[in-house]
Amino acid sequence: MLLKKLSEVSGVSSDETEVRNLIRETIEDKVDRLWTDVMGNLIAVKGEKKEGKKVLLSAHMDEVGLMITGIENNGLLNFRPVGSIDKRSLVSKPVLVGDNKIKGVIGSKAIHLQKKSERKNPIPWSSLYIDIGTTSKKESQKKINLGDYATFNTEFKKLGDNYVKGKAFDDRVGCSLMIDLLEYDYDFPLYLVFSVQEEVGLRGAGRAAYEIDPDLALILESTAASDVPETEEYGYSTSLDDGPALTVIDNSIISDKEILQSLIDISKNNDIPYQIKRSNKGGTDAGEISLTKEGIPSAVISLPARYIHSPVSLASLKDYDNLKKLTKLYLQNFKEGEF
Amino acid sequence: MKELIKEITSIFGPSGNEEKIRKYIQNKINDYVDEIYEDNLGNLVAIKKGEKSGKRIMFAAHMDQIGLMVTHIDDDGFLRFTNVGGIGSNFLPGTPVEFTDGTTGTIGVEKLDKINDLEMSKLYIDIGADNKEEAEEFVQIGDMAIYDSNFSANNNRVISNYHDDRIGCVVLIEAIKNIEDNINDLYFVFSAQEEVGLRGAKTAAYQIDPDIGIAVDVTGTGDTPESPTMDVSLGEGTAIKIKDNSTITHPLVKNLLVEECEDNSINYQFEILEYGGTDAGAIHLTKGGVPSGTISIPTRYIHSPTEMIDLSDVKESVKLIKVLSNSKF
Repeated sequence: MLLKKLSEVSGVSSDETEVRNLIRETIEDKVDRLWTDVMGNLIAVKGEKKEGKKVLLSAHMDEVGLMITGIENNGLLNFRPVGSIDKRSLVSKPVLVGDNKIKGVIGSKAIHLQKKSERKNPIPWSSLYIDIGTTSKKESQKKINLGDYATFNTEFKKLGDNYVKGKAFDDRVGCSLMIDLLEYDYDFPLYLVFSVQEEVGLRGAGRAAYEIDPDLALILESTAASDVPETEEYGYSTSLDDGPALTVIDNSIISDKEILQSLIDISKNNDIPYQIKRSNKGGTDAGEISLTKEGIPSAVISLPARYIHSPVSLASLKDYDNLKKLTKLYLQNFKEGEF
Repeated sequence: MKELIKEITSIFGPSGNEEKIRKYIQNKINDYVDEIYEDNLGNLVAIKKGEKSGKRIMFAAHMDQIGLMVTHIDDDGFLRFTNVGGIGSNFLPGTPVEFTDGTTGTIGVEKLDKINDLEMSKLYIDIGADNKEEAEEFVQIGDMAIYDSNFSANNNRVISNYHDDRIGCVVLIEAIKNIEDNINDLYFVFSAQEEVGLRGAKTAAYQIDPDIGIAVDVTGTGDTPESPTMDVSLGEGTAIKIKDNSTITHPLVKNLLVEECEDNSINYQFEILEYGGTDAGAIHLTKGGVPSGTISIPTRYIHSPTEMIDLSDVKESVKLIKVLSNSKF
């Protein structure tokens, strides 16, 4: 399963090489042209010579993760987050550090040794460390450099028939969907942007959009599903199995109304479930892409996933298939030279 | 002018949903401009061509307004919502709202133990529906609502739901109607999506590539009881912005505005706003940079359902824009 491979490779923001290589190998025979731009975005085009307007699909390759910022005398590694991570989700999680994927575990003081006050509060970044089983600074220095990235060592697995769990679903599901969508033919030049550095401030995709200057953009993302205990139903942002989530508004974009309406119409006419994302929080590459040059009509379609930005997230394959179907039908709706 | 303000503040157009207000403004100015078009983000751009010796000036007043978006409809037909643009929960209880099709509602609040517990998640819109099905006949999740119109006037002081920034639109409309034989090329942008991050003006400025940019927008005042210190008052004239969180007015623009006010006996005051921003923030960082500033209309109670302005300030602002149509700089 492609999603398994995509989920398990490492690609913390600005260290996307492994993901880029995997995607390049997977799609190079399916596209007309493929290149990496200055920022590190992987850009592919299919049907480049076709008449008609350019459509851009975008999903980010990078994931949230950790960066090594220091080595203690006893060999333990200090780190800081890259992208937004809830530090309460970190303790005792296995990680892979650096290009050589040194195995480690995130440690902290055992519960027996904690003061009462310490138990009440999340452990601060400065008290968390990665233990790679070394006993001295020197020994660690042989394996690790400051600035090395660490990712969660999370195995991708199917849970029952319909659910999958793994790391970095935000936004490897988008990457996987874009690759799947290459199976079909379209009546216009289709540009795919696998972007970098989304998690640290939407830095990559806007540059790619500037270079490509498309007429329309769809951003395929993963969004937080909040159908979990102690959230009131009216507070759910999205729910698993209710279909792809369409963004009306978030912190970065108000989706283009015509695209949004067209997505809704296609869902209704083809019995594809969909849901409106009910929170106005969060942002995606769409924010940068839509404001490129003279403005690019853009919309965001997301796969709801629980526990994103943590060591493991969970998503529904039914939602995945529906998102793919909706996007495919939307794209195939455009005839050559139209829209 | 009062009639225009009354009408324009009643027209639906929260950020990203500017269709109606765009059409309204287009109808008002069609006959007075050389060219008019809608761009990719939904900005309305109207052009009055000047002479060869003229420069290119971009004026921007945003036509979008803050609002609410429905996020959930419960079994009893009550609507939960979130904000579109900056809205304080404290303004909302008891406020009448309106949807694009004319459906109205009022905002209710759950029982609170203390007033400090007031937050948006405790509020709901009641459109009088008996149940979910009935509510869904009128409203869908993702639909936006605005404060219902409530225009009133005591002499020069005018209250409405959305002076921000329909009063800026009024200033530009009045200027467009009254400018003839302009030397400078004038680009009047009625911008979209200002309230969610100065988005429309950003792409419009890229396209227009002006020599200078001037936003026309509302600003706060310091003339009410226990208000934050701010040297701007209703009725003291058009306000020339020195700075806010989005721009420091370029000296070229500031000096130009001051000189034209002085030379043409236009009442003006300087404005330093310690929060907020205007389209000038987006315009001035376009491409290689665009000298930009803001002409402000002093406004009390900004972003509340009842904002107040003074008509004389509006008139002075129109005068200033008329003069700029022939300014040399």
